[in-house]
Amino acid sequence: MAVKTILQAINEALDQSMEKDDSVVVYGEDVGHEGGVFRTTAGLQKKYGEGRVFDTPIAEAAIVGSAVGMSVNGLKPVVEMQFSGFSLPGYNQVVAHVARFRNRSRGKYHLPMVVRMPYGGGVRALEHHSESLETLYAHIPGLKLVIPSTPYDAKGLMMAAINDADPVIFMEPKRIYRAFKQDIPEEPYEVEIGKARIAKEGNDVTIIAWGALVREVEKAMKQVDDIDAEIIDLRTISPMDTETIIKSIKKTGRVLIVHEAYKSFGPAAEIISRINEEAFFYLEAAPKRLTGFDVTIPLPKGEHHFIIDPKQIAYELKKLMAEKA
Amino acid sequence: MLFKDFDPLKEEMLQILDQKGNIVNDKLVPKIKKATLMKMYKTMVLGRIADDKAVQFQRQGRMLTYAPNHGQEAAQLGSIAAMDDNDWLVLAFRELNAMLYKGVTLEQSYLYWYGNEMGAKYDEDVKVLPINVPIGSQINHAAGIAYASKLNKTGEVALAFIGDGGTSHGEFHEGMSFAAAYDLPMIVVIQNNHYAISTPRKKVIKSKTLAQKAIAYGIPGIQVDGNDPLAMYLAVEKARERAANGDGPTLIEAVTYRMGPHTTSDNPKLYREDKEVQEWAKKDPLIRFKKYLIDKKYWSNKKDEELQETSKKEVLDAFKKVEKSGLVDLEDIFKYTYEKLTPNLEKQMNAYKKYLDEVGE
Repeated sequence: MAVKTILQAINEALDQSMEKDDSVVVYGEDVGHEGGVFRTTAGLQKKYGEGRVFDTPIAEAAIVGSAVGMSVNGLKPVVEMQFSGFSLPGYNQVVAHVARFRNRSRGKYHLPMVVRMPYGGGVRALEHHSESLETLYAHIPGLKLVIPSTPYDAKGLMMAAINDADPVIFMEPKRIYRAFKQDIPEEPYEVEIGKARIAKEGNDVTIIAWGALVREVEKAMKQVDDIDAEIIDLRTISPMDTETIIKSIKKTGRVLIVHEAYKSFGPAAEIISRINEEAFFYLEAAPKRLTGFDVTIPLPKGEHHFIIDPKQIAYELKKLMAEKA
Repeated sequence: MLFKDFDPLKEEMLQILDQKGNIVNDKLVPKIKKATLMKMYKTMVLGRIADDKAVQFQRQGRMLTYAPNHGQEAAQLGSIAAMDDNDWLVLAFRELNAMLYKGVTLEQSYLYWYGNEMGAKYDEDVKVLPINVPIGSQINHAAGIAYASKLNKTGEVALAFIGDGGTSHGEFHEGMSFAAAYDLPMIVVIQNNHYAISTPRKKVIKSKTLAQKAIAYGIPGIQVDGNDPLAMYLAVEKARERAANGDGPTLIEAVTYRMGPHTTSDNPKLYREDKEVQEWAKKDPLIRFKKYLIDKKYWSNKKDEELQETSKKEVLDAFKKVEKSGLVDLEDIFKYTYEKLTPNLEKQMNAYKKYLDEVGE
């Protein structure tokens, strides 16, 4: 075991995957020599050479599009979009090709590749550096969307993503890259994609979150000692672990979904639909969502209005508990 | 040498076989095996008939939207014939002839345009990417294939096609710049057929030639008579040598003409004059290639008549099979989304199956 941050855990996952499998290549803007603007890929180029770890032109379509060609021709590319807000020039490749190659070729080609992107707000950044664009990726058939919230999961999910036969969009909660450490196994391991984690068992209410918000939910729980909440860390946004959610709702009868992504047409809307479809008659109160507003995420001086904090989670939770069906 | 002699700034077009089928550049005639020449020609005849028939079938309501190749055969066949078996072919969507040459069957091609994804499941050993409808994005795929080849030292070269319109796209720029930066073994052939659907190339591209676009990437570019199979062969052969030597990508502009519509949904009379089309009809690659082969005593009019007959039969047989292919199974539209069906997809599919069971198909 070794104590690691999320950032270090991802770095270790990349390192161990590259060590184990020669076909893994890592590239993107500034990921080689510099080791990435967050240093997520630090040390990899030195260890594995410029062929397998390299800096690219500022060209997201080329980064993602070349990964399509590489996967077809036997490599397992792990590419980086420097920030999710800048992933959009590569989005055409993701939607038009990455998500479709298996279906388009009726299984002749499939794309084992990972597109990493730091996401989310709360880091006092410039415009386009704080987006939570889960919906854009979770909406597209053929993609998997994975978001870790702990160092243990960050490593295990990344290793699983690299070994997955399907393309994985891997969003990294940059706000908590270095926020805390966890004792995690030094040897390689995988965490199954498509399975949620029960971060805390409880009976009164189900709280669903992912990424940096899981920690905010956990902090909020200290402000509501009397509420016995079950916290689900979704971990995979698509394909979603509906089973775990439904099982929990049937037990608690109440649900609060917390995400930073914009509200309308957001992930919570989909989760609530599934709950309505499969556990409607178990609900004791209307499902609730606490999300980003439907406004462009503000620059740092206005961001505090937008970012969801434990106080607000505790407030919504108390209101939800007071509701009677 | 070739790329120096035909530096794109000189604005000279490489031609070896003129439109009448006469050799105009004796020194540059590439050495091509008889078997290769005959495979090129036979594919050209088959491709031409298959293409014309596809349009005809569409007009009869038996085929869906189709993108015709008539007139552009030499640009494709000269290129693919100069590649190795081990190389990759990365398509745009108007490359029927190159596909047939590389081992995609006519039946598969027809099946694809007939509206069935199974037509893009080429045989296991056929190194061809499926037809790529979004303009320009295939260049990045070719660059990635070439990167893997270079990293693993497999010696494979990626040959990608794009249209004149595609060279306006950002993906073309990103792919060229990426491949050039790492000296990747990639060849891009622009089929300059002068129109992006209805928009004339001269109206939307300021560059004097499309080959000149290579200059900014620091790689060779060359403008070639795209209706001349020998010139196309030579240019790609030299580009392939460069790629194999680790010298990086080459951009080849094949000047050609789409005799038919952009697709069967398009009416070219709206944007071009009959006179222009008639002028290009005289430059038909099939006319000059046939004359060249007859002059070389590789071919005869009698053999040609037989070939026309057998090719026509092959085309009709392939289409007959495709017409019998029927609709796609429900499972098939679900099962290739992921390696394994997700619980969500299973639910959606089963609910629909139940509906079909209850109300009848």
